[in-house]
Amino acid sequence: MSTDVHDIVVTVNGRRYERRVGARLLLSDFIRHELLLAGTHVGCEHGVCGACTILFDGEPIRSCLMFAVQADGHEITTVESLADGEKLHPLQQAMHECHGLQCGYCTPGILMTMKAFLAEHPSPSEAEIREALSGNLCRCTGYQHIVDAMLLAAKRMARP
Amino acid sequence: MKPAPFKYLAARSFDDALAFKAQHGADARFLAGGQSLVPVLNFRLTQPAVLIDINDVAGASGVTLADNELRIGALTRYRTLQREALIVRHCPLIAEALPHIAHPQIRNRGTIGGNLCHADPASELPAIMLALGARLRLRSAGGERLLDARDFFTGALSTALHDDEMLAELIVPLAPPRTGTSFMEVARRRGDFAMMGVAAVVRLGEDGTCRDARLAFCGAGDRPVLAAKAAAGLIGGKIEHTDIETAARSAMQEVEPHGSVHASADYQRHLAGVLTRRALKMARGRAR
Repeated sequence: MSTDVHDIVVTVNGRRYERRVGARLLLSDFIRHELLLAGTHVGCEHGVCGACTILFDGEPIRSCLMFAVQADGHEITTVESLADGEKLHPLQQAMHECHGLQCGYCTPGILMTMKAFLAEHPSPSEAEIREALSGNLCRCTGYQHIVDAMLLAAKRMARP
Repeated sequence: MKPAPFKYLAARSFDDALAFKAQHGADARFLAGGQSLVPVLNFRLTQPAVLIDINDVAGASGVTLADNELRIGALTRYRTLQREALIVRHCPLIAEALPHIAHPQIRNRGTIGGNLCHADPASELPAIMLALGARLRLRSAGGERLLDARDFFTGALSTALHDDEMLAELIVPLAPPRTGTSFMEVARRRGDFAMMGVAAVVRLGEDGTCRDARLAFCGAGDRPVLAAKAAAGLIGGKIEHTDIETAARSAMQEVEPHGSVHASADYQRHLAGVLTRRALKMARGRAR
């Protein structure tokens, strides 16, 4: 059968991209292989691990559970948007200081999940942070240092 | 871990979606939030020739209140329901269950209609629709029909939808005064599928006597299970200790769990009893 292709226009981290994509191309693969933004990681490819979490129109979603063609006309934010040149985002700085990562595979998904969460909950409790992290698997840290990092980041980001 | 090739059709209206479905029938699947469908596509457990994307169908999403009924568009996402004041105010049973459904990233995308059409017997919402006595509006190019939720689920991952039909809307009757509800489940981890869950609805008379009761279970068989005998036994009593014990023992017999690597069928029955006790006490307290 001939490949079903579609022309799409997406805005990723503020930059507009026009591409022709196959219907079955996952959004996660589009971001990594077509746009060469490899910061978004792919773990399980069935919506369990959370490594591929991005912001879709501002809300965290699993990019492995959408097709690139569905992103036509929409706005995507990936982990590459966080740092300002050499200056780390407060979330990244806190993860660094608190040892919130070891292998780092889950980190981009966690950062994008928590970026949206902290925007909505600027001073969360530890329990709320753990609940917010429940959709992101980390097999290295045992989560404690990630929770510490999020508490620190929330404190710093809440300051005027 | 990549889906097999398919043809992608984007529907902008119900008419588009239903015309596509009439044309392609069983070869086509509707793509709503995709949070259940895309994993099985990625695993190639299903390989439809056509996907009809209904995410941009106008008028398929949102909650309205009319004629003592809540009308919930099938494409309404869990996240929208969590933020929707009409749900929080008029249907606390749905609001109570939503945090148990997967994780924030899934709830941002998953839809209530997609959930019901996927008909996973461990899922919360099918049981809740039974407990609420909801009706489902099914549309096709040729017309529409209304179906009671209890007639919609025909088996594991199976529904009464015809090949040319789509679920368009859920209709939930508003609860009369002195109605109390409770949803509880036991899962191994937050967001996992429930090993057993219960949705309890009780309505009391002015003297505190139970006038109506419904107990619906998820994770309890190949489809959501209504424990009709357990509920009927509550009517006329005051939902006191012995009434609750009788209902719990009955519910343990009425559920039909299969058991899994995570929980034996016996343990699931035990959970049905425990949850019935807890949920009835909670619902009774809320009904007063």
